[in-house]
Amino acid sequence: MFYREAGDFKTTYAADSQTFPIKFDRIGYYIALIVAFCVLPFMMNDYLVNAIFLPFLIYAIAAIGLNILVGYCGQVSLGTGGFMAVGAYACYKLMTSFPEVNIFIHIVLAGGVTALVGVLFGLPSLRIKGFYLAVATLAAQFFLVWLFNRVPWFYNYSASGQISAPERTLFGIAITGPNTQPWAVYLFCLVFLVISALIARNLTRGSVGRKWMAIRDMDIAAEIIGVDPLKAKLSAFAVSSFFVGISGALFFAVYLGAVEVGEAFGIQKSFLVLFMVIIGGLGSIFGSFAGAAFLVLLPVVLKLVGVDMLGWPTDIVAHFQLVIVGALIIVFLILEPHGLAQLWRITKEKLRLWPFPH
Amino acid sequence: MKLKLATMALGAIMAAAPAMADLVFPSLSYRTGPYAAGGIPFADGYADYFTLLNERDGGIGGVPVKLLECETGYNTEKGVECYESTKGEGALVYQPLSTGITYQLIPKATADDIPIHSMGYGRTSAANGDVFSHVFNYPGNYWNGASGAINYLLEINGGDIKGKKVALVYHNSAYGKEPIRTLEELSKKHGYELSALPVDHPGQEQKSQWLQIRRDRPDYVLMWGWGVMNQVAIQEAANIRFPMENFIGIWWSGAEHDVLPAGDAANGYKALTFHNVGRDFPVFDDIQKYVVDAGKAAGAGDQIGNVLYNRGMYAAMLAAEAAKTAQEIHGTKDITAAMMRDGMEALSIDEAKMVELGMPNFGPAFNVSCENHGGPGLVGVTQWDASSKTWSLISDFKPTDTEVIGALIAEDSAAYAAENSIESNCK
Repeated sequence: MFYREAGDFKTTYAADSQTFPIKFDRIGYYIALIVAFCVLPFMMNDYLVNAIFLPFLIYAIAAIGLNILVGYCGQVSLGTGGFMAVGAYACYKLMTSFPEVNIFIHIVLAGGVTALVGVLFGLPSLRIKGFYLAVATLAAQFFLVWLFNRVPWFYNYSASGQISAPERTLFGIAITGPNTQPWAVYLFCLVFLVISALIARNLTRGSVGRKWMAIRDMDIAAEIIGVDPLKAKLSAFAVSSFFVGISGALFFAVYLGAVEVGEAFGIQKSFLVLFMVIIGGLGSIFGSFAGAAFLVLLPVVLKLVGVDMLGWPTDIVAHFQLVIVGALIIVFLILEPHGLAQLWRITKEKLRLWPFPH
Repeated sequence: MKLKLATMALGAIMAAAPAMADLVFPSLSYRTGPYAAGGIPFADGYADYFTLLNERDGGIGGVPVKLLECETGYNTEKGVECYESTKGEGALVYQPLSTGITYQLIPKATADDIPIHSMGYGRTSAANGDVFSHVFNYPGNYWNGASGAINYLLEINGGDIKGKKVALVYHNSAYGKEPIRTLEELSKKHGYELSALPVDHPGQEQKSQWLQIRRDRPDYVLMWGWGVMNQVAIQEAANIRFPMENFIGIWWSGAEHDVLPAGDAANGYKALTFHNVGRDFPVFDDIQKYVVDAGKAAGAGDQIGNVLYNRGMYAAMLAAEAAKTAQEIHGTKDITAAMMRDGMEALSIDEAKMVELGMPNFGPAFNVSCENHGGPGLVGVTQWDASSKTWSLISDFKPTDTEVIGALIAEDSAAYAAENSIESNCK
């Protein structure tokens, strides 16, 4: 009825190939942006920002990064936690070595460092595929965590091996450290997420993304039609690691403030981001958002309902949480193996025909 | 049915809504995950003591205590969520029971003007109250523990451990790395050889470390372990027939559940402590009477006298005494977190008070001051008897090498102050 292409005429190529060709989608997208930038910052408090929004924004960036690698280029990676650690430690070293430089630049540079490391660990992908590549990236995960634990230079020789973010400001407003305002850190991460999503979306629609997808769908055929697997695979590793590195840097500097590599960036982090990508939907930017929101919000909601509303003991709720999240993941994968993004796609198809399906 | 459920839910919400006049003590506990074995008795002890105060004395200074429990699973992200969700309820003091979460909360809580009590864990240099205004780690810290262990080795070796080999098996995290610097400094002073063997989280895999110990044959093994790592280490030590009496754990590696799985093989294992063990204290009779028998115990009520239960109760007692002190200083019953901080800084525990509380000789007498948030750092040694299944104190609480530790604390806290541009707190 209201969700349809009819009457929405495109007169230029640019208009025809835009991200949201349907007017209703486009309006929704702009409304979401306006709400996120102009309304939500006024509603932020410490709890909302630290329990829900910061983890969601940061994990969404990581999920976009991993989705490029796994969903678009078909290279399975279990090294996300390790690459996030690279971003975090790069950011820490930059922050402490060049305190006068803007934190925004540090975080982008941390993403750049991670991209280099990602390319390095992506090299084996030229020779090995599938499960074997997963094992190779798993090695990256364990090696990187071991490295940051082992070499004191990375944590500035502190006695405990913890890294903690000193206070850094942007336009005179504290972004890291203890004296931050909820709205400031929220907006800071939101800007990173929106830019990341825009870049990722446009990369995947362009020739680079088509090469990635060609490699994913059948690498030999792609090579025959002229896709260079070296460039395609390594660029996927570089772009993916760049986003993952940015998320790691934000995770350490803005969200947690103090980090211990084995605990914060262990193998469970790699799995968590992979679950986000799988539940959200492989090969979909929207899916990265949906997956991150699902896995960040669900535990918080379950805790609120169980502990605060029903007054159950905390340990029972924590155990139930594991059971419920696990069960939901299985249910999702059985009912909709293509993830939340596919559910959304089906909904849109139905909406186009509604209310006259025939 | 639906109506019934809705009424029940509503009732639960009303019951859970905080009465504003209560003194709120959050308990960031972990009853799940690989560290639950240690987290449960501590959380039970912490909760039961406050329940006892409510039931027997009507709270602290007549104001009832409200305990907010939040499950962290020893995970820093959940710890942050717990901190943010409880601080709005008027939390007076945080006891994170995790070095990682403590590090996280030190700057946050300082900015929010809420004190942290990391009793025997956390950031050791927080003992310097001049830099860490809101962090307290009395009555002892890890560097006291490291020095206490070495002092004990000196004691049983007649004052000379030159050339002895000491191995440190540690949890490869901020927690486990804490003692290394102190042990290195002390090895320069006393001339022993130190080798450090890291064990990765969660610590179930220690074959290679113990293989190395079997090859190197150190004279003594120290352990900084927690959770499942302790049980595995003691079992592995038994497997390579390492003499248990030469194996000493930190106070987080010396509870019943750590030694029981190894059975008789664990006999003679030693652990450090900063408070007494066992259940022969009058306070436990009160807990049994007012809390457990009344069906108000936090857990099953079977943990009383367990090392970590005692520690949780001790932490609750120190928090309650600090709250009392704060009430006296500020002349009001309804204290805030800022007043609580003043109370903790003016806390004074002596033996007469301990007797009055039903805990004679349970912990050391000490005074907290603005400069010294770390307490006296007295360390005792306990030993496990596998046949009677009890811990007993074999070396009384003795002072540690404050000269070495004081220098390290000054150095580390000065670095922190410089990094975060903190000004002197005590003028």
